[in-house]
Formats: sequence, C-alpha cells, structure tokens
Amino acid sequence: MVGPIDFGSARGRVRIVTASSRRLRPALALAAAVLFASGSGGLRRAVAAGAPAAAEVRIEEFHFAPATLEIRSGTTVRWVNHDEEPHTVAFLDGEASSPALDTDDVFSRRFDAPGTYAYRCAIHPQMAGTIVVR
Amino acid sequence: MEPQDASHARSSSAATPPAAVGDGPVTATRRGFLQCMAWAGTGVVWTLAGGVLSSRSLAATNGGPGSFSFVQISDTHIGFDKAPNPDPVGTLHEALARVNALDPAPALLIHTGDLTHAQKAGAFDTVAEILKQADVGERFFVPGEHDVFADGGKEFLARFGAGTRGDGWRSFDWNGVHFVGLVNVLGFKSGGLGGLGAEQIEWLRKDVAPLSASTPIVVYTHIPLWPVYPDWGWTTGDAPQALAELKRFGSVTVLNGHIHQVLQKVEGNVRFHTARSTAFPQPAPGTAPGPGPLRVPADQVRHLLGVREVRYVQGAGPLAVIDEALG
Repeated sequence: MVGPIDFGSARGRVRIVTASSRRLRPALALAAAVLFASGSGGLRRAVAAGAPAAAEVRIEEFHFAPATLEIRSGTTVRWVNHDEEPHTVAFLDGEASSPALDTDDVFSRRFDAPGTYAYRCAIHPQMAGTIVVR
Repeated sequence: MEPQDASHARSSSAATPPAAVGDGPVTATRRGFLQCMAWAGTGVVWTLAGGVLSSRSLAATNGGPGSFSFVQISDTHIGFDKAPNPDPVGTLHEALARVNALDPAPALLIHTGDLTHAQKAGAFDTVAEILKQADVGERFFVPGEHDVFADGGKEFLARFGAGTRGDGWRSFDWNGVHFVGLVNVLGFKSGGLGGLGAEQIEWLRKDVAPLSASTPIVVYTHIPLWPVYPDWGWTTGDAPQALAELKRFGSVTVLNGHIHQVLQKVEGNVRFHTARSTAFPQPAPGTAPGPGPLRVPADQVRHLLGVREVRYVQGAGPLAVIDEALG
C-alpha cells in the first residue's frame, strides 16, 4: 500500500482538487504529479512546496475519495457530495460534523491541530475516511 | 405434508401464464409448475419451498379461526426526488391503493423503516398522513438509518415510539402470533454493520423465554439479519446472537427492508425475506460500484417497487409471504 495516502479504493481514483479557485489547479496538478512519481515522499515535498491550504474530498458511489487525505495544519477540507443519496461527514471525535449533504452540497472544516481525524457517513457507516493533519 | 410456505411476486405479468407452459418437458405437477414459473419470471416471480399454488390454497382457506393477514411496507424514502422516481409520494399512494384493495383487509400494517429519505422537515408528517388512510387495524414502525441519523432517533421515537422499549423495540401478540420489532440502525459497528446491541438482545431473550416453541414468531426490522452484502452495510453484525434466542421455535419469519429488492433465505426454521421499497430500487448485491438508486427507465420502475402481504393460517405451517409489485 502507498504510504500515508490510501489512494481511495480499488478503482484507483485520486482526486485532490482545489476547493475554491481554478487558478490553483495547475499547482495542485503538479503536486499530484510529484505525488504519483514518488509516493509518500512526494506528499511531504508537495506540502513543503506550498500546496494550497485547501483540499477536497469527493463523495461518490458511496465512497470518500481519497479515503485518507494528508494535509498540513491550517488547511480547510471541503467535502462535496456527488451522489444522489444524502451523506454526512461525521467525525468520530464528535466535533464539527456535517448535517445531511444532499447532491452537490458542500461541507467544509478547517484543521488547525495536527492529528488523525477519522470520520464516517452517519447514514452509511460502511463509508469511512481519515484526515491526517501534519 | 407439503410445505405451505409461499413467496412470489404478484404483478400484471405474473397473472399471465408464461407462454412456455406445456410446450416443453415440464409436466403439470406442482413442482414442474413452480420450476416453470421461476424460469419464466426471473425478477418477477420468487418462490421458496411453496409458491403460487399453496398461496392460492391459503387464500381459499382464508377466514378460518385464528387466520389473518398483514402487510409490510418499506423504504418509503419521502423526500427523495431524483431518478428513477422523483415522486415517491405518488408511488406510496399507489402502494396504499394496493393495500386497501386486499380482501379481507389486513389486520396490521408494518413499516420496516426509512420512512423518510433525509429527515427533512415535514417528511414524517407526510408518511404518517398517507398511512392513516390505510384500511388496516393497527400500524407499527421500526426506523431505518435515514430516519435517525440526524438526531439519534428522537423525532422518530416521539412520533412512532409509543409503547416501545429502549431505542424503539417492541413485541406484541396477534391471534397467537408473536411479533417482535427490532431496531438495528442505532448501534452501527465499525465497518458499517447494523447492530442490535447487548441490551436489546437481552430484552429479546427475556421476551420470548415464556413462549412455547410452537408459537409462530414474526420478527420485523430494517437491515437484513443475515449477511446479504456486508461491503454495502447489508447485514447486522450481532444478528447471530439474536437469532440464537429464536432457534427453538418451529416457525420464525424475519421481514426487513433496507436493500429495496426481494431476496429470501431459509435457515433451519427461520425464513428471511427482504422487501421492495415503494420509492426506488437498488442494485443486486455487488452489481454496482455502490448501493445508490438503480436507474431504470420510468416505465419500468413500478415493476421494482411494491408491497408485501403476509398470510397466517392457524395450524398451516410457515406464513405465506406474497410480494406484489406496483406495476
């Protein structure tokens, strides 16, 4: 398996997309390329190189993608529900969980404290994800 | 004695004899007829040990002392508004029309959860108002995960929990049949399995302890009590402990919803039946990337939605379970 990032499922989707600004995409694509090239070491390099302080998790086909996302502290993560089913982002520590997200609804949470944050969908608890804050 | 268990889907297509009847080596025996029906009606006709003929014979004997029927409705998902069925209120009305057309009228209506799609304001009101029009004696509900995820079941229990214990479980007797409603959507275990919890299982143990082994048991709950497809959360992790308490009984019928399709399994004296939704179908286990709504053409969706009638005839063995599609 690949370092700290679980590349999300057997279907191999890796989608780390900037949250709010299209102009950030080239930088992120570069970061992703580095990531692909060098595995987990690449992530640290990308973070060190100043990756944007925002990241996105897609909710799609009853999966969080990527299932594990590593970010630096201060990053805001956006979850976007692409399914026609409602989902939630429910953190196991009980903090700042989302309401039901309908199709295309977005939930954001900013992570300032380093640590590992596990979450599930409260409606479909077989859906699990982790945010690792460095 | 021939098994009296019966389970098949009634629909307009099932009412038409399959064209191949009598054309092949299939003889006009009961077994042959059932094989033929199963062959002709894949996706429409479901048979267990019994089938069409025995359910008809049960219908003919309906009205005997101690006999009654009840209906199961499941997964009404009020609030859902997308493909393949943007109008689950409309299809719930259609389901209700089927229920109200049954003769004799069912004694009970049991809703096996996911009344609402996402607990949106007014959704519980809509379901309750529509089901008030059901021509049945009593109505019973257990929650699905869609009914409780936002508030841990508070609103559901406030509306439908009168007379229940714990998180909404209950039992009652009706004409010699012992009904048990279990809640398995409030104790999710890691991995996403449904869960009953030790407290509920202990209550079940005490609840059935005084009953004689010949008492017919009907268990109704939301998530299947057998591992239909754990990867999609289609199982209840601690169901084996609950089922162990029911092992000594000669007739146990387990009715659930959650997976929006008809599936059956027999294990010893226990017969498991999953029910159709009245709102939208879901894919067969493992046949799609996820368990989202199955997109079928609008003119076909009613074939995959439905209600269930269960008939009990005193002394006649297992209950007859009859799944009826809306179209």
